Amino acid sequence: MTAPRTLYDKIWDDHVVHQAEDGTCLLYIDRHLVHEVTSPQAFEGLRMAGRKVRAPEKTIAVPDHNVPTTQGRENPDQMPEESRIQVAALDRNARDFGIHYYPVTDVRQGIVHIVGPEQGWTLPGMTVVCGDSHTATHGAFGALAHGIGTSEVEHVLATQTLIQKKSKNMKVEITGSLRPGVTAKDITLSVIGATGTAGGTGYVIEYCGQAIRELSMEGRMTVCNMAIEGGARAGLIAPDEKTFEYVKGRPHAPKGAKWEAALAYWKTLYTDEGAHFDKVVTIRGEDIAPVVTWGTSPEDVLPITGTVPDPESFTGGKVEAARRSLDYMGLKPGMKLTDIAIDTVFIGSCTNGRIEDLRAAAEILKGRKIKVKRAMVVPGSGLVRAQAEEEGLAQIFIDAGFEWRLAGCSMCLAMNPDQLQPGERCAATSNRNFEGRQGRGGRTHLMSPAMAAAAAITGHLTDVRELMGETV
Amino acid sequence: MDKFTTLTGVAAPMPLVNIDTDMIIPKQFLKTIQRSGLGKNLFDEMRYTPDGQEIPDFVLNQPAYRSAQILVAGDNFGCGSSREHAPWALLDFGIRCVISTSFADIFYNNCFKNGILPVVLPQDAVDYLMDDARKGANARITVDLESQTVTASDGRTFAFEVDPFKKHCLLNGLDDIGLTLEKAAAIDAFEAKAATLRPWA
Repeated sequence: MTAPRTLYDKIWDDHVVHQAEDGTCLLYIDRHLVHEVTSPQAFEGLRMAGRKVRAPEKTIAVPDHNVPTTQGRENPDQMPEESRIQVAALDRNARDFGIHYYPVTDVRQGIVHIVGPEQGWTLPGMTVVCGDSHTATHGAFGALAHGIGTSEVEHVLATQTLIQKKSKNMKVEITGSLRPGVTAKDITLSVIGATGTAGGTGYVIEYCGQAIRELSMEGRMTVCNMAIEGGARAGLIAPDEKTFEYVKGRPHAPKGAKWEAALAYWKTLYTDEGAHFDKVVTIRGEDIAPVVTWGTSPEDVLPITGTVPDPESFTGGKVEAARRSLDYMGLKPGMKLTDIAIDTVFIGSCTNGRIEDLRAAAEILKGRKIKVKRAMVVPGSGLVRAQAEEEGLAQIFIDAGFEWRLAGCSMCLAMNPDQLQPGERCAATSNRNFEGRQGRGGRTHLMSPAMAAAAAITGHLTDVRELMGETV
Repeated sequence: MDKFTTLTGVAAPMPLVNIDTDMIIPKQFLKTIQRSGLGKNLFDEMRYTPDGQEIPDFVLNQPAYRSAQILVAGDNFGCGSSREHAPWALLDFGIRCVISTSFADIFYNNCFKNGILPVVLPQDAVDYLMDDARKGANARITVDLESQTVTASDGRTFAFEVDPFKKHCLLNGLDDIGLTLEKAAAIDAFEAKAATLRPWA
């Protein structure tokens, strides 16, 4: 009998093509997702070396980072020249190398990490890579998924493999159930708050426990999405009936006899009793509150009931970093977080741009009006957008005063025209609050869609539970 | 890729922790379809005012560090986005080595693909080298990949660990793809087996 293995061990073992004496492995890649920003140099490298894409049928491309989210964007003149060139390069590379492609005019276009699962490209037990750090999202399906650089994109295009050393195993268990008003985003931010942005460096995290099991697939994607913000190579959640239910019937999911064979295999994808984890973190689900970030690192997390911390309360290099953060964010120690006024609200991104996120925000916004200067919803894909329109969510957003945009990465990284002005303060459902992330001088507070909606209604950071009639 | 063997040069001190790839190269410079030319925008928002004037206090704008080839940085350098534009910008500026207590995973791997050596050392060693770097252009630090050592300007030496395969590739400037394609038969065999075991994949 073999030694007990973790979920990560099992997926890893099933993808090793070759192992060198020093432990360096050649790992097979089942799905390679490609977007316009990190791929042009990789395709150019292939051309210069006269190489082909080894497995075009396993390679899926979609433009998302640069594309405008306003109407009429199919007209290339809507884009600045550099963005237009980059999107045109992806068009051409997809055509020349014969890979699957969802152009901006296709209703299935959207953020690459939302399109992959939606179209059934992402399946349990697979290895999935993309030249984007938030590839960790796909771990929600029990797929080993992580971001890679452009040189590695070229390597995967040419060989369908990656040269890898195995990471260590880390378990993050969320016990019990979440309280009302607390969401997957609060879980993932709270974990980063507890472990720090380098707490997962060198590890693959498996998220488990009752609170994780109780999450929908959308919520699980939100949790895994930010594994990278905790420094981990990847985040994983063992597949279960919810996973199989989500996958079944998707355009690229297996059908018939292949479905049955796949299902039998997927049901073996769990961590064996007694398997070894190198690091274990346990958090009680009941202890997690709705949280926001106050600084310029995703580890700068506090419950919304808290106050801005004093930099002197930290140790080491974090003291200076916290001082710099507060200066950049225009905040003073001791301020109540709920006293922080918000200019702009951004709901969207690969972290929180799925249908469930829009439902959660709309629930808070229904029958109310925004008090912020501007608010926008950017659905994660054209299909999420269509579904939200069908469910009447779009009208709730519009009636509340939100802009109802087309799908893309938008203000999460602000490569397209959706950007903050210097000093502008944003309640965002995205994943990074770095200096300048949403525009030079822009100030970002990360939170869940429901919390962002609450801030939109009141004009300042707000405990969403107060708008839900819950006692705090 | 250029080889990395030994390097003796000026080291710039950047003690800030969690320097992220958005700081190293902001997103507006990711629209290029080339690898070169990003050095002038390295650390753009820390280095220039919004109207493009140099910020004199920023370390790489100071006369002593304008030709720095080494960075000594705070914990968790290179966190955030997977953008390889970050090592491309460092390389284009002339930085060939970054020393810190820890690096983010993807950035760390990206460095090796571009002839840049990221060196991980314990806190006290990084503190020592940070102080050394603060001495400016008179204090040159030497990094020797073959012997896996960093030597401060006063001769004090610190040993570091590096993965043997990554070291081999960097010392010889090897192209990963070429090495992997030598294993094409193993990839073919894996695909044939996987087609039976996991035909849906």
